[in-house]
Amino acid sequence: MFKEEFDKYNWDEVLSSIYSKSEADVLRALGKRRCDIEDFKALISPAAAPFLEQMAQKSNSITQKRFGKTIQLYAPLYLSNECQNICNYCGFSLDNKIKRKTLSAIEILQEAEYLKSQGFEHVLLVTGEANKTVGVDYLINAVRLLRLHFANISIEVQPLEEDEYSQLMAEGLYAVLVYQETYHKENYKLYHLKGKKSNFDYRLDTPDRLGKAGIHKIGLGVLIGLEDWRADNFFTALHVNYLERNYWKTKYSVSFPRLRPASGLIEPKSVISDRELVQLICAWRIFNEEIELSISTRENEVFRDHIIKLGATTISAGSKTNPGGYAVEPESLEQFEIDDSRTVEQVKGMIERQGYKAVWKDWEQFTTTQQL
Amino acid sequence: MNDPLIIAGKVFNSRLFTGTGKFGNHKLMEQALLASGSELVTVALKRVNLDGEEDDILAYLNHPHIGLLPNTSGVRNAEEAVFAARLAREALQTNWLKLEIHPDPKYLMPDPIETLKAAEILVKEGFIVLPYIHADPVLCKRLESVGVAAVMPLGSPIGSNMGLKTLEFLQIIIEQSKVPVIVDAGIGAPSHAAAAMEIGASAVLVNTAIAVAGDPVSIATAFKMAVEAGRMAFNAKLGSVKSYAESSSPLTEFLN
Repeated sequence: MFKEEFDKYNWDEVLSSIYSKSEADVLRALGKRRCDIEDFKALISPAAAPFLEQMAQKSNSITQKRFGKTIQLYAPLYLSNECQNICNYCGFSLDNKIKRKTLSAIEILQEAEYLKSQGFEHVLLVTGEANKTVGVDYLINAVRLLRLHFANISIEVQPLEEDEYSQLMAEGLYAVLVYQETYHKENYKLYHLKGKKSNFDYRLDTPDRLGKAGIHKIGLGVLIGLEDWRADNFFTALHVNYLERNYWKTKYSVSFPRLRPASGLIEPKSVISDRELVQLICAWRIFNEEIELSISTRENEVFRDHIIKLGATTISAGSKTNPGGYAVEPESLEQFEIDDSRTVEQVKGMIERQGYKAVWKDWEQFTTTQQL
Repeated sequence: MNDPLIIAGKVFNSRLFTGTGKFGNHKLMEQALLASGSELVTVALKRVNLDGEEDDILAYLNHPHIGLLPNTSGVRNAEEAVFAARLAREALQTNWLKLEIHPDPKYLMPDPIETLKAAEILVKEGFIVLPYIHADPVLCKRLESVGVAAVMPLGSPIGSNMGLKTLEFLQIIIEQSKVPVIVDAGIGAPSHAAAAMEIGASAVLVNTAIAVAGDPVSIATAFKMAVEAGRMAFNAKLGSVKSYAESSSPLTEFLN
């Protein structure tokens, strides 16, 4: 399990090692054909800041070689905002006095119909963590309802057991996103005050359970703003390296959510500038040529327009982060504020104007699922 | 010069096969494919809308001289490949199939064991199977013996543009093969394509190098010319490269 690898490292030592990287280390990383994790440290270090344009050019050409001039589009579909966890950065936190909502089967299909009408074939189902109402049976039913309508279904929900993942995969589940939020084990407790999510180790080993279940894709990431983004991304990279070695049939993606304002929540402790976020994204691409890099509508229009050419492969569009937000109950409370509120058509046009193709469908379930 | 390539009874005047991925838009893809003169174009089944709607990519490939070669990209084993092949036959109305099974989503390395298993089943089901494989001479003979229509060994990792890193093995495959040998994957420049043709490859398949180029239409034309030049050189019995010097004072002259 990754925990054994993780325990060999010390946060402060990692941080000081990143900050001690020199210009020579950066140049060596930029000159290599394939980078290792020490090179990644150099590329995310302050020493790499003057080399941002070189990094961007390199990231652009590597990304085009692997992914072509294409951008995969997906939409989140929030199924529920019920949550038993108290997390002080999240709008769905149990102690947040908002109206709770979990979509019924009919409502799920209404939301799906709207997303289909927009052209989406890849959908990401999102929930809080409320095992009594939104447990694995609810999720199985949701995947079963949606798999006839979408080519590709991912989930971003509470961590589950290996056999539960297997059950969902048998229904047609493609990918699971599970963000560690932060790899700073001590401070993790400061953000996850109550509920199952406060168990750092169980969350840390979730990708191992997914790998053992043989999932097609695992998405990792940290919530940028909680702790030092450089150290947190080093640990994410370490995690990806470990997973690629152990679960080589699985594909990986990384996301870069920045802490966004939501009602009644903490302010970011570690702020990342746009320039630094570009550095981080380019560093990821140079470090791992094959990984999918995903950018959500948390980012603003200008940033998203430019990130198309800087290494991103996957973006959401026209997103709503509240259950029922598309068709059922558009006014309910959202998980976080989105910044790019353009329509799907506008985002597609933006991609095309840059000479890229918006890809709607890039997956087909080539097995007979149980119920078909 | 009339020098057609025949695969499973079908005559090809162009020895440049192409792919449809990674292009910035479908119109540009169509123009590049037309410029390439390619008569066999591979399409990832996973990218095609199979639910009965007219998928726009196919509309851009609707030219009488272009044959479709559906591929099984995205499958991880023989069972999924067979499932995908049947779906492709149904959806695209062709029994031609580029069989590619890569359980490894990072380097997209083909699985030789699963490929052989799937090829055996699919040939029996009447598919014209073109398997994408490592440049492994023994595997090529094994595939030939189960009845594949051609073999498609890789020049270097797919999408890498690194050229013919497997040159020595490709030469053995070409020397031994009784079915056409199509060098697939890794061909990053027209010179690589020409080199493959010069050593006697029957055809090459190029995708990334055309799709991602600054000017895909011009590059497609350049590939067309390079493939023709390479083939012409092969037919003209290209002089062999001498790896030894011809000494002015020979050591064996006393024997004459």
